[in-house]
Amino acid sequence: MIDSIAGGNLVSLATLSQRAIVEVLDTAESFVEVNSRAVKKVPALKGKVIASLFFEESTRTRLSFETAAKRLSADVLSLAVASSSVKKGESLRDTINTIDALGIDAVVMRHSSSGAPVQVSRYVPHVRVINAGDGQHQHPTQGLLDAFTVRQVLAARAGTSGRESGSELFAGLNVLIVGDIRHSRVARSDIEVYTRLGAHVTVAAPGTLLPPDIAQWPVTVATDFDEALATADVVGLLRLQKERGSGAFVPSLGEFTSTFGLTSRRAELLRPETIIMHPGPMNRGVEIDSQVADSSAAVIEQQVRNGVPVRMAVLYLTTAGTTLESGSND
Amino acid sequence: MTNPTLVIRGGLIVGPLESFLGDVLIADGRIVEVGPSVTAPSGALEIDAAGCWVGPGFVDLHTHLREPGKESAETIETGAFAAALGGYSAVVAMPNTEPALDSVAMVGYVLERGKLAAVDVAVAGAITIGRQGEQMAPIAKFAALGVRLFTDDGNGVQDAGLMRRALTYAQPLRVTLAQHCEDESLAQGGSMHEGASSSKLGLIGRPAIAEELMVMRDIELVRLTGCSMHFLHLSTERSIALVLEARAQGLPVTCEVAPHHFTLDETACETFDPEFKVHPPLRTAADVAALRAALRAGVIDAVATDHAPHTPESKDMAFDEAPPGMLGLEQAAGLTLEALGGAEADPQVFFSVLSRGPARVAQMREQDVRVGHSAHGGAVSVGEDANLVVFDPKAPYVVDRDKLASRARNTPYHGRTIHGRARATIVRGRLVQLEGNLQ
Ligand SMILES: [Zn+2]
Repeated sequence: MIDSIAGGNLVSLATLSQRAIVEVLDTAESFVEVNSRAVKKVPALKGKVIASLFFEESTRTRLSFETAAKRLSADVLSLAVASSSVKKGESLRDTINTIDALGIDAVVMRHSSSGAPVQVSRYVPHVRVINAGDGQHQHPTQGLLDAFTVRQVLAARAGTSGRESGSELFAGLNVLIVGDIRHSRVARSDIEVYTRLGAHVTVAAPGTLLPPDIAQWPVTVATDFDEALATADVVGLLRLQKERGSGAFVPSLGEFTSTFGLTSRRAELLRPETIIMHPGPMNRGVEIDSQVADSSAAVIEQQVRNGVPVRMAVLYLTTAGTTLESGSND
Repeated sequence: MTNPTLVIRGGLIVGPLESFLGDVLIADGRIVEVGPSVTAPSGALEIDAAGCWVGPGFVDLHTHLREPGKESAETIETGAFAAALGGYSAVVAMPNTEPALDSVAMVGYVLERGKLAAVDVAVAGAITIGRQGEQMAPIAKFAALGVRLFTDDGNGVQDAGLMRRALTYAQPLRVTLAQHCEDESLAQGGSMHEGASSSKLGLIGRPAIAEELMVMRDIELVRLTGCSMHFLHLSTERSIALVLEARAQGLPVTCEVAPHHFTLDETACETFDPEFKVHPPLRTAADVAALRAALRAGVIDAVATDHAPHTPESKDMAFDEAPPGMLGLEQAAGLTLEALGGAEADPQVFFSVLSRGPARVAQMREQDVRVGHSAHGGAVSVGEDANLVVFDPKAPYVVDRDKLASRARNTPYHGRTIHGRARATIVRGRLVQLEGNLQ
């Protein structure tokens, strides 16, 4: 386990200790204040060059990272590789080496293949690598911003600050994650972060959308979804890829909604204090009803807002201390 | 050009029935004298075999030579060099070239090119045209050319009806069909073993059941047709158990295991390094232990490398996009020795799985002038074709991917210290490799 991401990479939450996670959350909290200023900018990463490398398009995540980098005064190189050289079969190593040649301190990357950021971190060991979502593997900043949001809500209710509470508010917390666990990088990151902070995680999904070795995961599998909803403190929904509903994994999207969707009827089972979350983009009417998504229990917009300070914290911790060394490749 | 007379001095001459210290004299491509101390004519080249095992040259049932089509990764020439360094005197070239070895012309091309190579090159023909699993390749014509093994390797033949017909057609020809066992309806899209590691890594798995179901299916098809069948690169404990059970029932089945499957497990993929991507995939630690136990028990017919060269750029792709396969020829014997217990291993078992067993499966125990190969996997005795290896079971060396004879460098063993290396390889009486140097 790593006790701090300072000066290192962030490719997965699986190797981060509770201390490392809390450090990110606390750092993010200090950046929340920056985002409420008239001049939303600090010089923390002045002179640093951060490449934003999205092999798979995601406007929301890319904008969130780029906004975070700019508020830290970093120079941002935004490269839309999804549509360029990679389609011509260029290797991952060649792509990253070309970008490295421009002189970069860090790379924020999204890739449709699991593990691509791990490979890149080997190809350019002198560049800090921040995973913005890789295949079905990890989406660490989503996990961190989800935990940050939960801590923020619970701390406000308890009349304290997140920083003062550390990880205390997660002790014994019941987190229910619903939907396509099997194919979800968000689920993998969320489960790591919540269990490390001391919460109890339950998952609910059709059998085909659970990983085959779910019995070995540090989670409980809900036998009755409705019962699990009634005892949940946090309900995290996952986006169901539309193609999963074409019959191969679930018979139809409609059947998924009727068995595992958070419909208005089912939302009535929740206690009033239960927090409803979704990493976006939502399929309204599939995994969540519009009325539920827009209800006061849902913190979906707050999650999006928190994306910026959490990503500022990650960029600051990983990249502030680095100097551009002429490291050898591989 | 005639080859100089060779004399191998002071090695442990291995079997097949007994092992004893002695010398071997080789002239004109054959073993001419074996004894405690032979007198060599003047001018004979002496090979010091003190501390070494002397036995029949290794035979690899499963070599991807990539020629024709992918000469940037390997050629028949460079693949044969890698084989010679590994202690092999013969390899069977797999037919998944581009185009596939599915026509008389393509098979003839590889056989002709093979005649110029450092080791004997036999050919496995495709079972179906283009290895597409739809239409049978000209199996009888290939058999007439001397081809003894047929496979669509890279793919298994998915259609049970077609596989049944291929076995029925092949049975009277006295050839063997070899299967890459993975049911694609279960394995498709997967890039590593389905289990704890794949689940954690978010990589789609190729489950053990994909292999085992096809092994089960094919055993029943062998029972039905009577055709002999060879199971390629079995990787799970259950697959081995199934084949052993079928063999005990008298069915004509043989099997091989690959060094990576008894050396590395699924956790190697946790680095996301595509060097560890292979089909069938690296399995669990329990499977690795079961394969090693089966090897030591002497119940496995052959160790086969599945030597699969790929260019560096293709292995610099993301894990799920990179091609499966890894090099094997140069390290296979050392890894096999380690699995059998190192220098304390039974040298009879060692030569059985690396030479005598695979030579029997490939029907290479006899010389075959049609395909142009000499006899392999025989006894170290007077009159035999001189296909021999002098193997040092103690020599330690560190694998360096930049110093391989193979044109490719995709070894999963880079930096690993392996004990046991071929000191000399002799093919048809010619010294092709001595102490790691091609001759
Ligand atoms: Zn194969």
